[in-house]
Amino acid sequence: MTLPTDNSIIKVEGLTMAYDNFVVQRDLTFDIKPQDIFIIMGGSGCGKSTLLKHFVGLKEPAAGRVLFRGDEATSQQGSEFIDFWQTQDSKRQALMQRCGVLYQSGALWSSMTLAENIELPLGEFTDLSPSDTRHLASLKLALVGLSGFEDYYPSEISGGMRKRAGLARALALEPELLFLDEPSAGLDPISARMLDDLILQLRDNLGCTFVVVTHELASIFAIGNNSVFLDAESKTMLTTGNPNELVESCDNDTVRNFLTRGEGG
Amino acid sequence: MSGSQYQISSDGNASRLTLTGHWTINCDSQIADSIINDFREEPFRTVDGDLVESWDSSLVSLLLRLDQEAQQRDLSLKFQAFPQGVLELLKLARTVPEREGSGKNKEEQSFLSFLGDKAITDYREAISFFCFLGESVKSFYRLLRGRARFRATDLRDILSDTGPEALPIVTLISVLVGIILAFVGAVQLKQFGAEIYVADLVGIAMVREMGCMMTGIIMAGRTGAAFAARIGTMQVNEEIDAYRTLGISPMDFLVLPRIIALVIMMPLLCLYANVLGILGGAVISIGAMGLSFTEYWQQTLNAVDMTDISLGLIKAFIFGIVIAITGCMNGMHSGRSASAVGDAATSAVVAGVVFIIVIDGLFAIITSLLGI
Repeated sequence: MTLPTDNSIIKVEGLTMAYDNFVVQRDLTFDIKPQDIFIIMGGSGCGKSTLLKHFVGLKEPAAGRVLFRGDEATSQQGSEFIDFWQTQDSKRQALMQRCGVLYQSGALWSSMTLAENIELPLGEFTDLSPSDTRHLASLKLALVGLSGFEDYYPSEISGGMRKRAGLARALALEPELLFLDEPSAGLDPISARMLDDLILQLRDNLGCTFVVVTHELASIFAIGNNSVFLDAESKTMLTTGNPNELVESCDNDTVRNFLTRGEGG
Repeated sequence: MSGSQYQISSDGNASRLTLTGHWTINCDSQIADSIINDFREEPFRTVDGDLVESWDSSLVSLLLRLDQEAQQRDLSLKFQAFPQGVLELLKLARTVPEREGSGKNKEEQSFLSFLGDKAITDYREAISFFCFLGESVKSFYRLLRGRARFRATDLRDILSDTGPEALPIVTLISVLVGIILAFVGAVQLKQFGAEIYVADLVGIAMVREMGCMMTGIIMAGRTGAAFAARIGTMQVNEEIDAYRTLGISPMDFLVLPRIIALVIMMPLLCLYANVLGILGGAVISIGAMGLSFTEYWQQTLNAVDMTDISLGLIKAFIFGIVIAITGCMNGMHSGRSASAVGDAATSAVVAGVVFIIVIDGLFAIITSLLGI
């Protein structure tokens, strides 16, 4: 198959996701552009988190493909796409190192302190000295508002702090792509709002692209500039586009109901 | 008073059920079943709730069951004079249709299909064991080439967990095994006046079989279960996924140090168990049979040779690999729930112990064929 060229950073083409014979979603096709904050939305159990797993190397597609734009520094054309699941393991590893992931539960390594959680990937993939990694870890923790918590263990801090520490770890290797699985679930409205602000600031200042799984309407409208809507009933995507425009103009009832909590349209 | 009473009266050709008193979750559970039974025998057309004093969802549940029974029989059933809340909840329960395919298939399985399923699962498990073994070998190869990395502090912690901290239990068990062997031997050998051979019996049995087997079983229960539970919990918390997506192989980072630690510690523990078992035997021989320690020791040295000792150590080495692999594999393949982690720990111990006994049996056959 030929590889397309345009300015997207991720292209999803005809993706079908399945657990054994149980199809979760089929025929997903959408693009994610650089510096997007791309929202994956939909009701509970429609496969949002499963879709995320296809981007980060945890689940192989049943059909279709996921394309990542190659590293501009090393490829000649600049916008050459790599088929994430068909390429060699080493290239996939390299792609995955350009990504940071925040898991639903935070998924911090429970036997390590917060600082060690961030230092581990730095120590594995860079040649920094231990004191440099320590400084970087402190900086990342400070970015998410957790300075002073370097020597705490994940079990000693609150759920919201664990989320933020998870984000700090996701930022460890200066990723250009960040995948967040329900970042604001279980947070109080103020913390959720602060997390949204943090995401916007990171996008503006570091130039990262975000892919966010969420069903928090406030977040969707506050940060999202592009989205895909997955539907559990029809097992496919209903639409893609900017959520702020979709709420005005989308002609699909399910999507409009979702975005207005069933009150408008 | 938690009185819930009912009464069936018939006015004309249609009978009526009247509920009185308190219909809450605390009342007699059989009353609902007996109402349903009465309905099945002789359907009534109206249910009167005028005299219900207090209620909760158990009343709604009863009415819903009655309603479903009536629908199956194509009968109309009227609910009369119930509190508004009851009727609203009933409406809520009826309007949501069961989502298609959401009910689990609970079909009874025939014996043949159960057998087939079991065979397929066991076959898959065997395959996955060998895959895991292969992965570990690859990971070890990466280590030799300097590509695999884990934290030195992790290895140190695991070494201390599996070695020094297991000493008390290994001490207790091996001394006791030594004592038991000596007693068994003493009773039999006394009949021939050959008490001195207790030293041979204890020495050879400990060094060749019991030392490595008892440490193996202790470590399978202690460390194998700990590995499975630890790694299984990490699986539940998505910590393993976090390693994978960062490009850190969980095989290298979590499994390899555990295999290395057990492979180092098992032979050492086995050696320790051998010595303590022999000492346990000595205590009995000296205390109960009047042998001197020098006699006993000399006899042991004559009986046990390097072949016996190294055979025990080789087995301990293999048991170390087996325990580490069954423990880590069950942890890595654990499902994402509390009960799945429990299952993983259980099957790690069971598989570990079974493998140890089977391998020990194979060794016994092979060595006797080779005359070692």
